[in-house]
Amino acid sequence: MQTNTEMLEEKRAQARLGGGQSRIDKQHSKGKLTARERLTILLDSDSFEEWDMFVEHRCIDFEMEKNKIPGDGVVIGNGLINGRPVFVFSQDFTVFGGSLSETHATKICKVMDQAIQLGLPIIGINDSGGARIQEGVASLGGYAEVFQRNVLASGVIPQISLIMGPCAGGAVYSPAITDFIFMVENSSYMFVTGPDVVKTVTHEELTADELGGAEMHAKTSGVSHGRFENELDLLVNVRRLMGFLPLSNASPLPIVECDDPIDRQSETLANIVPENPNVPYDMKQIVLEIVDDGEFFEIHKDFAKNILVGFARINGCPIGIVANQPLVLAGCLDSNSSRKAARFVRFCDAFDIPLLTLVDVPGFMPGLAQETGGIISHGAKLLFAFAEATVPKVTLITRKAYGGAYDVMSSKHLRGDINFAWPNAEIAVMGPEGAAKIIFRDAVDNPELLKEKTAAYREKFANPFVAASRGYLDDIIRPVNTRRRLVNAFEILKRKQLKNPPRKHDNLPL
Amino acid sequence: MNVNFKKILVANRGEIACRIIRTAHDMGIKAVAVYSDADKFAKHVRMADEAIHIGPSPSSQSYLIIEKIIDAAKLTSAEAIHPGYGFLSENAEFVSAVEAAGLIFIGPTVNAIEMMGDKITSKKIAQEAGVSVVPGSKGAISDIQKAKAECMKIGYPVMVKASSGGGGKGMRVVEREEDLELSMQAAMNEARSSFGDDRVFIEKFVQQPRHIEIQIIADAYGNVIFLGERECSIQRRHQKVIEEAPSCLLSQETRMAMGQQAISLAKAVNYRSAGTVEFIVGADEDFYFLEMNTRLQVEHPVTELVYDVDLVSLMIKIAAGEKLGIKQSDIKADGWAIEARVYAEDSERGFLPSIGQLVEYKEPGLEKIRIDSGVQEGNHITMFYDPMVAKIISYGPNRIEGIANLSKALNHYKISGVETNIQFLSAILLDEDFQSGNITTNFIEEKFGGKFVPLTPHLELKKKLLALSAAILMPVFYQSYPEKQNKGQNILQISHEEYFLADWNYFEGTHIITIDNVQYEVTGQVTKSMSLFTGQVDGEDLSVKVSRVFNKIKLVHGPYAIEVNILPSKAYDVIAFMPAPNLFAGALKVLAPMPGMLTKLLVSEGDILFSGQQVAIIEAMKMENSLRCEIDCIVDRIHVTEGDLLNVDDLILSLSEK
Repeated sequence: MQTNTEMLEEKRAQARLGGGQSRIDKQHSKGKLTARERLTILLDSDSFEEWDMFVEHRCIDFEMEKNKIPGDGVVIGNGLINGRPVFVFSQDFTVFGGSLSETHATKICKVMDQAIQLGLPIIGINDSGGARIQEGVASLGGYAEVFQRNVLASGVIPQISLIMGPCAGGAVYSPAITDFIFMVENSSYMFVTGPDVVKTVTHEELTADELGGAEMHAKTSGVSHGRFENELDLLVNVRRLMGFLPLSNASPLPIVECDDPIDRQSETLANIVPENPNVPYDMKQIVLEIVDDGEFFEIHKDFAKNILVGFARINGCPIGIVANQPLVLAGCLDSNSSRKAARFVRFCDAFDIPLLTLVDVPGFMPGLAQETGGIISHGAKLLFAFAEATVPKVTLITRKAYGGAYDVMSSKHLRGDINFAWPNAEIAVMGPEGAAKIIFRDAVDNPELLKEKTAAYREKFANPFVAASRGYLDDIIRPVNTRRRLVNAFEILKRKQLKNPPRKHDNLPL
Repeated sequence: MNVNFKKILVANRGEIACRIIRTAHDMGIKAVAVYSDADKFAKHVRMADEAIHIGPSPSSQSYLIIEKIIDAAKLTSAEAIHPGYGFLSENAEFVSAVEAAGLIFIGPTVNAIEMMGDKITSKKIAQEAGVSVVPGSKGAISDIQKAKAECMKIGYPVMVKASSGGGGKGMRVVEREEDLELSMQAAMNEARSSFGDDRVFIEKFVQQPRHIEIQIIADAYGNVIFLGERECSIQRRHQKVIEEAPSCLLSQETRMAMGQQAISLAKAVNYRSAGTVEFIVGADEDFYFLEMNTRLQVEHPVTELVYDVDLVSLMIKIAAGEKLGIKQSDIKADGWAIEARVYAEDSERGFLPSIGQLVEYKEPGLEKIRIDSGVQEGNHITMFYDPMVAKIISYGPNRIEGIANLSKALNHYKISGVETNIQFLSAILLDEDFQSGNITTNFIEEKFGGKFVPLTPHLELKKKLLALSAAILMPVFYQSYPEKQNKGQNILQISHEEYFLADWNYFEGTHIITIDNVQYEVTGQVTKSMSLFTGQVDGEDLSVKVSRVFNKIKLVHGPYAIEVNILPSKAYDVIAFMPAPNLFAGALKVLAPMPGMLTKLLVSEGDILFSGQQVAIIEAMKMENSLRCEIDCIVDRIHVTEGDLLNVDDLILSLSEK
């Protein structure tokens, strides 16, 4: 007779096989790993502690009682990433197509509850055909249970969604609430309604990739925060990202040793911004020169490229960077870039990650498309995010800071802690050409006079000195010394403690 | 007349301007620089005592405008002008204008420049001065008997060439008299069908041609000496790449003969200042006059190192009216010098110019190495000027050590932000034929063709570089652990198919890496942020350039390069399931290979293209570069319009499979 120990081993072996070898082979043939293989790569070696391996569904309709697989299509538990604990769930496409049953959802909720209670991040790997249709409303309820926990966990623990297969219908809303969504090229897609339904409703004929592939969501919708070549690439990069994040909103930031000299001078920085204020340059070059080891983990790399956001380190300590990108749309703020940056700023603020804002912004993007698209509300999101943020905020104006966009970009007036500018910076209501035309209306038809007046305006305002004389800038710094000055700024700000007035919650202009 | 200059103007930019300013300062002379918009922050401007802005970036609007240069000299009260090389250095009109303005030109006389500047005149004067020129029939020849007689005179092998030839058509090399008649017939037939003109002539065929030139220096009083030779056979499309002094081909006898001929030529035109007489030299040391350059040559430093002279200083003194202080008998060569020209070019993309900012620029600080550069870290390499960044010159007691010193120095020369030819230079220096001196002007074409792709290291070096990459990447991989880690196991992945399991242990300053059961010790400073490793791997000294971003690293050593990606050890079992990178995907796009202006778009949407068809032309650095599609395909979409300014990798066309 089998002992319980033997039975345990047998059950474990059965659970580990998921939907069986042929389904595993099929998964592999598509360049996809199994739910457990993914966790093995994501987590430190031998650190995974699995829970609920023996859970099975309780559905008795449509002969489902004859078809039970231990684990019920999702692998949950905890493990370590870089020696730091996380909770994980990983949907198993080989088991009922990874479909979400009531028990499947309960398992996910179990790790989420624990993650919230213990203050540890949760990483979910999505690879699911959708709801377990045989279970009907029980499955729908399961989704909502997950959504509710996602919402409660928001801002308390980092929540990261890895889309490594299909994620359709209601299933999309759990990732949508989480902090970051990452996708794999050619093998993952997300949509509310799939190509077949779309075809019958709107008569649009689209492939799954066009409707919700990694490229579309990374570039156009902005739903995804990044896409990767293959699953290994994605998993390794998520490990890297975790190195920048605290375990929860009550945990310290992960500091690493820094061997990049903190007083490193950079002649390169002094030569990046072109003399002609209308010539673009790559703001990313400035970011890479300033931060430790030139390492910048960019978020939303392909979306709203007129603003850069991402994580880096200064003297070993993680910071979040928001930077206008003059290379794209002259670095203008528009609806998408405002939304992108606002969400990033709020993430950093929620998890006490200090913010560095690099400013070169000619203003908000003009035009009917922007106004009808609600740039007023979207721009307000970024303003709101910077203004409410209580983390250390350091701002550096590298060139232009014009108009309302100057105010928005973590200005002194929005409780910027330390605001710097480079000597060539221009801080004004608008560019000298536009300003002169308004102030000196008589000069509009007289090119000579207009030129003179423009020069006069430029002389007066197209520099950082007026702003500095009012204390809107704490100092004007030389580009070569930027790294040292920023290291010092963030160092002194480590003591910062600031609280917003008590309230139920704010009312962000969504 | 003996003038001591107090101030001179340098009518040039880049490394040569810096090099001239250095000598001026050594001589206690103040130097004035001129600069265009693009050069406002250039090194030569920083080095000079005064700098005058002379206009917009294109040289046709700045460095080439005679009046602007002369005005700058007058404005700063400079007494003399050194033209460097290129730009106005061999422009007789400029020299006349300088002299008319009451200034002194540091270089030869107008007359000498004019006579040597014209190919036909210079050849005639050379011949009259007893300089050997390529022997050949004076005109077209059709009679076989006359041809035979001519060939006897010239000596075999000979080349039969079509009078109106070009592109290798109507050309025949004839080794022996027996073959002459048939070859002549063939050449004439080909010439007739290709050019409608069957006239041919006969010329000496120089076998295994080498480019060897004689440096001369002459004062205004008729004293001329020569400072040995320089061999410049390593060329790419007539652009010199590596130069050395002396040449390993020449016997002392030939050297003296060439020197004497160069001196005769200089005397024939009353030459003054530094000049160079270029020869083509065959394997049996037969040499023939090519042309005379009436200026300081780019490659002059190799002569300076071997003869311990400062040619710029001599030029200045001679211009000031001093007599040449040295006699031919005082001149003695010592050791070997080799120069490599570092170009901002992308050798993998057929040596296209590469522009951008020198984000990192660190010259090797090594003994027996001279660097003549015109840039500093942070400078921009623009599309307006020659893409040469610097010259790196090594010295050694003999050729082998000179080469070794140069190779080492190239390994310590770190440039990032633009692509350079440094690895290509290393590959040349490592070539066996180069090392044994078995070189011709066809060397690069024969050995490398139109591009150079960094070499994959051989297994032994590969393992060492893998060990080094582990020593750098593994501490980074484990850096965010709460406790400091000093060991680990990971996969080092080179390509989709090639990966190794490696163990890392760090103990008392040594990284011990185990790959395939073999241990490698890495000692020396290893940091996350380093860009150059100089330490030992497996007990052997190794200098390796390092570029790391997060989990990925690129290591460069000599002509070898390797890119390594670090993965968790558990990925070993599943790595094979990852889809291979879609190589075909790249072929379905046409991207801008370099920054520049799209001057012509040769296709429209919907066009059916064949592999290799020209699709667009980009103009950069005054060069037209045609872009081609790599496969048979259809034009899906055009993303640009003519006249657009493009950056590297900007999408021009998307294509679809046919």
